[in-house]
Amino acid sequence: MSAIERPQPNKTKTFVDMDYLLHEAPREQHFITGAQAMAEAVKRANVDMAIAYPITPQSEVMHLVGDIYAQGHLKEYYRAEEELGTMSAIAGAARAGVRLFTATSGPGLLRGLEAIASWPGHRVPAVLGVLTRVVNAPLSIQPDNIEMAYLMHCGAVMLHAENQQDTFDMTLAAFAITEKVDVYIPVSVSTEGFFVTHAKGYVDMMSEDLAYKDFDSVAAPVPAMDNETPPARIQRDAPVQKSNFMSYLIHSVWQQEIWDSNRRAMKYIYQYLGGPIEVVNPDADVFVIASGCAAAQGREAQRYAEEENLNVGLIKVRAIRPFPIDEINAAVKNAKTLIVPEHNIIGWLSKEVKAAIPNGGIVVEGPRVYGGMTLPVELIMKEIYTALGLEYDLKL
Amino acid sequence: MSKIITEGPAGYMPQSAPSMGVELAPTGKALLYGNIVEEEEAMRDAARAMLTKENPTIFPGPQVLWDWKEDVAAKAAALLELASEIPNCKIIPMPDYRPKYPKIDVKAEINPNHPNLTILDNKIKACIFVGVHCHYANLSLRMIRAGTDCYTIALCAYMGHEEAMASIRDLHAENITRFKEIVIEERNKLGIEWETTLPPENPSLQKEDNSSLSPADYGEYRSLIMTKKGEHVTDVE
Repeated sequence: MSAIERPQPNKTKTFVDMDYLLHEAPREQHFITGAQAMAEAVKRANVDMAIAYPITPQSEVMHLVGDIYAQGHLKEYYRAEEELGTMSAIAGAARAGVRLFTATSGPGLLRGLEAIASWPGHRVPAVLGVLTRVVNAPLSIQPDNIEMAYLMHCGAVMLHAENQQDTFDMTLAAFAITEKVDVYIPVSVSTEGFFVTHAKGYVDMMSEDLAYKDFDSVAAPVPAMDNETPPARIQRDAPVQKSNFMSYLIHSVWQQEIWDSNRRAMKYIYQYLGGPIEVVNPDADVFVIASGCAAAQGREAQRYAEEENLNVGLIKVRAIRPFPIDEINAAVKNAKTLIVPEHNIIGWLSKEVKAAIPNGGIVVEGPRVYGGMTLPVELIMKEIYTALGLEYDLKL
Repeated sequence: MSKIITEGPAGYMPQSAPSMGVELAPTGKALLYGNIVEEEEAMRDAARAMLTKENPTIFPGPQVLWDWKEDVAAKAAALLELASEIPNCKIIPMPDYRPKYPKIDVKAEINPNHPNLTILDNKIKACIFVGVHCHYANLSLRMIRAGTDCYTIALCAYMGHEEAMASIRDLHAENITRFKEIVIEERNKLGIEWETTLPPENPSLQKEDNSSLSPADYGEYRSLIMTKKGEHVTDVE
């Protein structure tokens, strides 16, 4: 097998910690797609290895990651057999102590879910991009975010990006969060396919001559499995647990530990991203609560309402896991109506919000669009007017 | 001080300490009964527990059993000194994280899959976990809190452990030495007479003759060990 000569830009990069990278490094404005934003974050994250299997709209991201691999910003990159193979390879590579990135979409996530669901329990510190789309059938490649509902029960930390800037910042932050000793579970960064990935927006980025410091594989809650760190190949996963010599409690407390790690991630979401929610007009009686692309539309609705002298607030949710229960309760303690627009049929965010607050009856479940439809701001405005007891002449 | 986390038994399905609101202590602080306190306060409470409760035991894990990085040898030496100052202290290692089949030798070792067996059989009422990877430490400490009344102390090189009654973070050899000094001070306050004595040899371990040992002797586990530099293994099953 012949080696392909590639540039070695990492040799001239300056390696810094994530606080500096995100908060202090000078930035310049660029006009790029969300896919480019995610790849640019990977470029600055000093990633050791990326593995993926293509699926639209994720393929745009991983194509670009392939480009930065060719440019020498990654040590290794390969296309796996399918998503289960991809996610299994990620788990294997993590045990060797390398920094990892992968991404998928829709049915690709579901196909890889068996491996992804085991990642937290195996303490796999990987970053997973989820460029959301519908789940077949009927067959389509258009944006929806229903697959996030399945990921919500796996134990991974989940961040949801509103736009290209969020995609860049969250992806960078994800590498730092996933490697914390008291977290050390996968972190996913989701954003809507096409609406964000294939559309351009303004992104402030630091120089590509800066990169995140090297991954310290032994600063971990589980031993790295390599031949250099003694005791060599120490076993870290209990074998099949059977009652003849195991306590059932071990599996219970192991599950607890995973979800505790998820909970511990919250302080780092504050540290790197400014907190799990953003509140606009905190004294309002009516709030739009949204995440991802729906947050961008909610933001427009809040702005329209302000122009019409209506007192409406916005709560953007950045973190889906851990879910910001305390923060949302504090933000809506005096609210009368919560409108939750979403890009999926099941309304997973409205269900989370209802469960989080003591008076779930104030939640309006919708408006919702799915199957690739856009979310018109006017649909949200209609709900706002209804909440305020006003008539709205909806024209679409 | 209101105690959030106390000695168990916490019951059949214990609620985890983080879910009860316990957060890891920031740098420079420690945890005591789930509360963030000064390091010295936690060490003093832990010292009194090790001095007054029955069968105090230190459980060293792989990160202090193997001389794998800087500071490990110093930590291990400091631990022996600490154990020597605690009356009737034993050392029982956690050499790795596998469950032991068909039955664990509870006099010789502890492991995170059933740590309560070792605690209960040896009637240990106070113990120190040190050098155990954080994931397994958390599992062990919670299982101990679930099923025993043992006072647990975690000495951690990283961020500490919410489940322990006392948890010290960012552990270096000098922290262990400081803990030893506190043990001596508290021992003197309590009027306990004790001459510095190394803990007893592990009663279950036999003297081993490794002179004729080769990787082939490890059977199915031979792949888990490293051959010596330059060694060429020719034996096969």
